[in-house]
Amino acid sequence: MSNPDRFHTIVTTVENKPGVLARVSGLFARRGFNIESLAVAPTDDERFSRITFTVDVESAPLEQVVKQLDKLINVVEIQELPPEDCVSRELMLVTVAADAHHRRELMELIDDWRAYVLAENTERIMMSFSARTARLDEFEECLRPFGIVELQRTGRVALPALD
Amino acid sequence: MSNNQQMCGGEALVKALERAGVEVMFGLPGGAILPVYDPIIDSSIRHILVRHEQGAGHMAEGYAHATGRPGVVMVTSGPAATNVVTPLCDAFLDSVPIVCITGQVPYAAIGTDAFQECDTTGITMAVTKHNFLVTEAQDIPRTIRAAFHIATTGRPGPVLVDIPKDIVDPVNPRSAMTWYEATDADMDLPGYHPVTHGDPELIRAAAEMIRTAQRPVLYVGGGILKSRAAEALLQLAEMVQIPVVTTLMARGAFPDSHELCLGMPGMHGNFTAVTAMQRSDLLISLGARFDDRVTGRLDGFAPGAKIIHVDVDPAELGKVRRVDIGIQGDCRLVIEDLIAAMREIGGAEAQVDRRAWRSTISGWQEKFPLVYEQSEPGERLKPQYVLEELRDNNPADTIVTSGVGQHQMYASQYWKFDYPYTWINSGGLGTMGFSIPAAIGAKVGKPDRRVWAVDGDGCFQMTAQELVTASVEDIPIKVALLNNSYLGMVRQWQEMFYEERFSEVYLSEETPDYVKWSEAMGCVGIRVEAPEEVAPAIAKANEINDRPVVVEFRTDPRENVFPMVPAGKSNSELVVDPSQQGLES
Repeated sequence: MSNPDRFHTIVTTVENKPGVLARVSGLFARRGFNIESLAVAPTDDERFSRITFTVDVESAPLEQVVKQLDKLINVVEIQELPPEDCVSRELMLVTVAADAHHRRELMELIDDWRAYVLAENTERIMMSFSARTARLDEFEECLRPFGIVELQRTGRVALPALD
Repeated sequence: MSNNQQMCGGEALVKALERAGVEVMFGLPGGAILPVYDPIIDSSIRHILVRHEQGAGHMAEGYAHATGRPGVVMVTSGPAATNVVTPLCDAFLDSVPIVCITGQVPYAAIGTDAFQECDTTGITMAVTKHNFLVTEAQDIPRTIRAAFHIATTGRPGPVLVDIPKDIVDPVNPRSAMTWYEATDADMDLPGYHPVTHGDPELIRAAAEMIRTAQRPVLYVGGGILKSRAAEALLQLAEMVQIPVVTTLMARGAFPDSHELCLGMPGMHGNFTAVTAMQRSDLLISLGARFDDRVTGRLDGFAPGAKIIHVDVDPAELGKVRRVDIGIQGDCRLVIEDLIAAMREIGGAEAQVDRRAWRSTISGWQEKFPLVYEQSEPGERLKPQYVLEELRDNNPADTIVTSGVGQHQMYASQYWKFDYPYTWINSGGLGTMGFSIPAAIGAKVGKPDRRVWAVDGDGCFQMTAQELVTASVEDIPIKVALLNNSYLGMVRQWQEMFYEERFSEVYLSEETPDYVKWSEAMGCVGIRVEAPEEVAPAIAKANEINDRPVVVEFRTDPRENVFPMVPAGKSNSELVVDPSQQGLES
């Protein structure tokens, strides 16, 4: 993610009904919009879910993306969040090789980055790390020399910044 | 029907359709929808039994185009559902309000690859404005109300309602429900709020931009017809004295015989309509969507024009061409507000002097009319001549439907459309075979009007079986079959752009025998080969009103549609008829 300003977050509130995610992802596919990341979860109101996605505004016409989304009957609300106006976070779960030689060094790194150890054995450490997407990228780079065994990221979620 | 009455989902479905004002539906029963067909026997709704589900869909479209009311289709699951995909997509691209009810396997069997199961809502998601899978009998009345509401409001379009068999089958306890008259509140559509009134400030700005434009053109699309705005448009055009082009979807929205009417623009538009847009300094687009068949190569389209774009669908504003003023709203309401805004700034008297523009335009009209050469004795008929004779031997309120191809373009070019809702065709999807079922639907909706389907021989062979429907159901449409023995438009492209290498475009000169085929389907069949036979054959067809008539006109396959903007070229590179080439514009 070279230029972070390219990536805008769109937060949609959708009806919590079967097939709604297919409608949204189908729309992106047939209109040729690329999704950078996607996160789906229920909201505090059980009638609605939230689909948060990140689109590359240099490759997709953002205004068309929003207007086409708005035409979906099950999409109730759309918030477009430019990077400077929102607080965004993404979660990463990662298992890293940690033999006796490198274990101490790895633990220091985990401490420095304020990641959390979730489980460990003699060969590996599993941890979670939550931050802005760019920070996840950086942390991943720091872990890479140790040997990443498995890694999963959630895609970003965001809320509007406070005044 | 009183509320709280216990009934079965199938009865409730038919009742809900009656309550929605449905008078007629087009369909074909089968396994999964069987329980709904039983209460239809006792219903006030007329059911037209089609021969193929695609026909049902196009009939519903023809009905909706002609009447302005939503067309209704009912078919079973699986292959029936896939057969209606084409008309659904056609209705989606041309914004035609239809409601399609499909049967589905019982709810518990969904996802098991049951007999005649397909993922109907999944398949039709991309070709409907919205679709529903109803899972409980109790939801039927509110879902039907929502389906009609969505199909007919905002930008109209097709809505599909998929009904699992168990919730309509009286032998299944899951079909038990308590009837209620569904209200708007029952629909539960928190994400659907179509905007109808335009922003007053933008409308004022548009009025001022129009007032000072030197070379404006009203670029009118199908949205004018959908919003019932033809009268308002006439009032606006006459007030500001601005010429009007009507797209393929809007033919008849402004009278062709009006002095301000320039006719159809686009790939096969007439020279004046195309060139007026190209040289315009302001395009006022009303319910049109800058389709590629209108704009030609986009970067060369109307290069000096500012754009005012009015559309009920905000996603159309700026989708293709950057707009200077984009107004979301219902075309009729926006035009009415625009007229009021024009009055406030001085009305007709305050308009800038556009005499030079009008005289330029009439110069083009004089120099570049539509032309063709009449056939020599012994040659096959000219299709343009057939259309002229059809036009001159039928009342002005005749409804004309067409298929897709050369005959469609000749019909649009040579018919004189003076009334809205007299021209019905497949514009966006370009669905061959549209004309016959669409004509049947139009005739059902407007039984007192004469309905002519203008068809080609390629198209005819795709949906001709619906003439059996028309015969049996007593729907006396007339078909003008322009038989040139070719897939004519493809032939034209191969002649012009593939060095006359004709690949798979020749059908047959002998087979089928269209007269015998028509007679076998219960129609009167007439074959016409010479120019002097054309008018008498049309007169004979017009005298027959107790069954459908097919008049086969044997037309010249060498004839090409002109003018033409070659694909990928700018509208300034319009190719006119060979006899006009070299004239100065």
